[in-house]
Amino acid sequence: MLELLKEPWPWYVAGAIIGLIVPALLILGNKHFGISANLRHACAACFPADIKFFKYDWKKEIWNFFFIGGILVGAFLAVTLLNNPAPIQVNPKLAAELSTYGINDYSSMVPRQLFSFESLFTIRGFIMLVLGGFLVGFGSRYAGGCTSGHAIMGLSDLQVPSLIATISFMIGGFIMANLLLPFILRL
Amino acid sequence: MENILNKQIPQDTTTLKKTGGDVVNTDFEVRSLDTICVNESQKQHPWWYNLKYSLVGIIFGIVFVKAEVISWFRIQEMFRLQSFHMYGVIGTAVVVGMISVWLIKKFKVKTIYGEPIEFHPKKFNKGQIIGGITFGLGWALTGACPGPLFAQIGTGAFVVAVVVVSAIAGTWTYGYFRDRLPH
Repeated sequence: MLELLKEPWPWYVAGAIIGLIVPALLILGNKHFGISANLRHACAACFPADIKFFKYDWKKEIWNFFFIGGILVGAFLAVTLLNNPAPIQVNPKLAAELSTYGINDYSSMVPRQLFSFESLFTIRGFIMLVLGGFLVGFGSRYAGGCTSGHAIMGLSDLQVPSLIATISFMIGGFIMANLLLPFILRL
Repeated sequence: MENILNKQIPQDTTTLKKTGGDVVNTDFEVRSLDTICVNESQKQHPWWYNLKYSLVGIIFGIVFVKAEVISWFRIQEMFRLQSFHMYGVIGTAVVVGMISVWLIKKFKVKTIYGEPIEFHPKKFNKGQIIGGITFGLGWALTGACPGPLFAQIGTGAFVVAVVVVSAIAGTWTYGYFRDRLPH
């Protein structure tokens, strides 16, 4: 059993469990599933700077900090207790493309050659980590939610704005991955 | 003070709370701006009641890692149409979520504390398109949406903490320019 759990889990198992988080949070305490709101609560808690968008009682949303704390711990448990030492299997076309940019380390969830403190001080690493993070934070709040809030919670509640947001997420992702990223990875 | 706050709040606020005092109303209006994820509960509990959400988070974090949802490589495959995996994960999650919400509404399921579960419809604004595309650009760069960012740190990719700080800065910048951006 433990050996089976250490193998990569199939999409339908992961999808079903992630889907069940929606009713779990609702039934446990009327909480609507979403993650990017935490970034805003962090602003409200630490640097509200008299901006009215950050002037609210963030302590009412403190449950969400506990939730993301759990995600961090869960990920740690997964790589310690249920670790799968085998490298990630990716599509050979992707592997061939990435090797032309010098990315060939598949030992971690993220490519070590891009996601390291050394990489952070290269142009390529700075764009991917610092600019990438900025776009995620700015865009998710402007859109009113991220993949969890819009694509999962919003679509589960049949919200049309969430469908529009989800389609926009995909458009942005396709543009970046196919049109812009090849240039950035060559830097 | 309340009146001033009320005047400052833009009209696109879609969620209004009918119960509770005025102060609560104003706070809920600001708190629920531009977000799906809201605490709808009126209950006050000691802090350790929140540990149950940590437990849900732990399960979520384990799934994230074991199904490789937090992998930068899987996200790249998704945006290059080189793998079905991520479409399968998100698609299944949405179907299970839809059925769950439908059942909750149909049978008027209450929370474990007996509160009715509330839903508020969201209104369309241009932010969902402009912000959505912006978010997508960042998603394909970092290979992570906000949830997986925290999971990546948990797997030992500590440099991702820089991405989180940057994402908080992005959110703050949005808040600063919010009134001047098209909505």
